[in-house]
Amino acid sequence: MSIFTRIYAPRDYSLTGASRAHAEEIGLASAEWYHSDVPRKEMKALMQRSDGPAIRDTVIWLGLLVLTGIGGCYFWGTWACVPFFFVYGLLYGSACDSRWHEAGHGTAFKTPWMNDVVYQIASFMVMRNPTTWRWSHARHHTNTIIVGLDPEIGFMRPPRIVMAALNFIGIPFIFYDLRTLARHAFVGLNEGEKTYIPESERYKAVFWARLHIAIYVATILLAIGLHSWLPLMLIGGPRIYGCWHMYMTGLIQHGGLAEDVVDHRLNSRTVYMNPVSRWLYWNMNYHVEHHMFPMVPYHALPRLHEAIKHDLPAPNPSIYAAYVEMTRALLRQRKDPTHYARKALPATARPYRDEFHEIEVAREGV
Amino acid sequence: MAWIDACGVDDIDAEDLIRFDHGGATYAIYHAPDGTFHATDGLCTHEQVHLCNGLVDGDTIECPKHNGRFNYRTGAALRAPVCIDLKRHPVRVVGDRVEIELG
Ligand code: FES
Repeated sequence: MSIFTRIYAPRDYSLTGASRAHAEEIGLASAEWYHSDVPRKEMKALMQRSDGPAIRDTVIWLGLLVLTGIGGCYFWGTWACVPFFFVYGLLYGSACDSRWHEAGHGTAFKTPWMNDVVYQIASFMVMRNPTTWRWSHARHHTNTIIVGLDPEIGFMRPPRIVMAALNFIGIPFIFYDLRTLARHAFVGLNEGEKTYIPESERYKAVFWARLHIAIYVATILLAIGLHSWLPLMLIGGPRIYGCWHMYMTGLIQHGGLAEDVVDHRLNSRTVYMNPVSRWLYWNMNYHVEHHMFPMVPYHALPRLHEAIKHDLPAPNPSIYAAYVEMTRALLRQRKDPTHYARKALPATARPYRDEFHEIEVAREGV
Repeated sequence: MAWIDACGVDDIDAEDLIRFDHGGATYAIYHAPDGTFHATDGLCTHEQVHLCNGLVDGDTIECPKHNGRFNYRTGAALRAPVCIDLKRHPVRVVGDRVEIELG
């Protein structure tokens, strides 16, 4: 049996199934990942924390949320409320993801409590249990797109493209997210979650889930009491009508790229974007760089990119170009789940752990 | 227990750390901002990643893999995903050398 056959047949994405056992068996679970060389002094400078950029961005973020929320309420019932809720939704339903992410890493601010406060607020907005997702994201960084180990694989093969497209309007995923919160609040963690959340942390997951559910129930009761959708336009609703940018940027992080490689250059995508998207996304368009060096704060990622880009695949020049690359790969994966967009490393790059990269070579020969 | 020569005092920048391997084990030696030296086990208690590529900030060391934090003076785990404290080791400076007590 070739390594190709063993890796790709069949794909079981659960965290307790055959793929997990196989990934552990061949050493993917504890593999050493590729890192570009950056001199220690330079890396220390890149990793330095600072409160300034994140305080500025958070004041703008929350300030605009309040202003556009007030505008939306003021003009509620007229077409004039639409632009206000367009911006409000984007700030609530999309920017929350990058704030959740960066504060969760503890790299947004230098001051720990500031990270914690923004993390909790953003977790609520993005409808994620702050405890379970903190641990799932740690696992995602340990085992990025390793089947059976990574709980955050966006596209499982063969991909469900229509369902992915529905992400842009938050349906039906908002209901999955609410159902998950309700399960955490009243039933508990499932077996997959227990594989990455230590017992000592599980009670926190229950507490936060109950708090989030209580706020949503209060909002719904208020909407019923007022006979108005307005409370839901302000709380919870933006996760439907404002989440499109979060998914637009999030799906291309790893979509259509290789599974089961221990080199972020092959399973993650760096995409050049317009400045508004980069602000909403807090520079997570430099996704290879972030995965390779998660200690580097969002505001230093452009500098990190300049320092190591000679060792990375060419970035996708635009969001559109990334979608073309990803969509082609996904369409082929519907018929051939072993297909993926193969990232070409520059001639100057140092390949690493060839035994894993041979998975690609074998696939190419099929 | 014995005092083992680990490095020179100038081998570690202020507010930084280095890796020191001895007897099949790995350690982290820190140069605190106040000029004192400290030592802990070299691997993070979360997923056994070398701390030497992490970031020293005041009294804390941040793990390079998932940003878990420890106080390297006390070994205390400060931030998830680290939950288990780091083992400390005594350190002394003799002349311009840093020694770590291991047993
Ligand atoms: S390995 Fe250190 S925080 Fe996870």
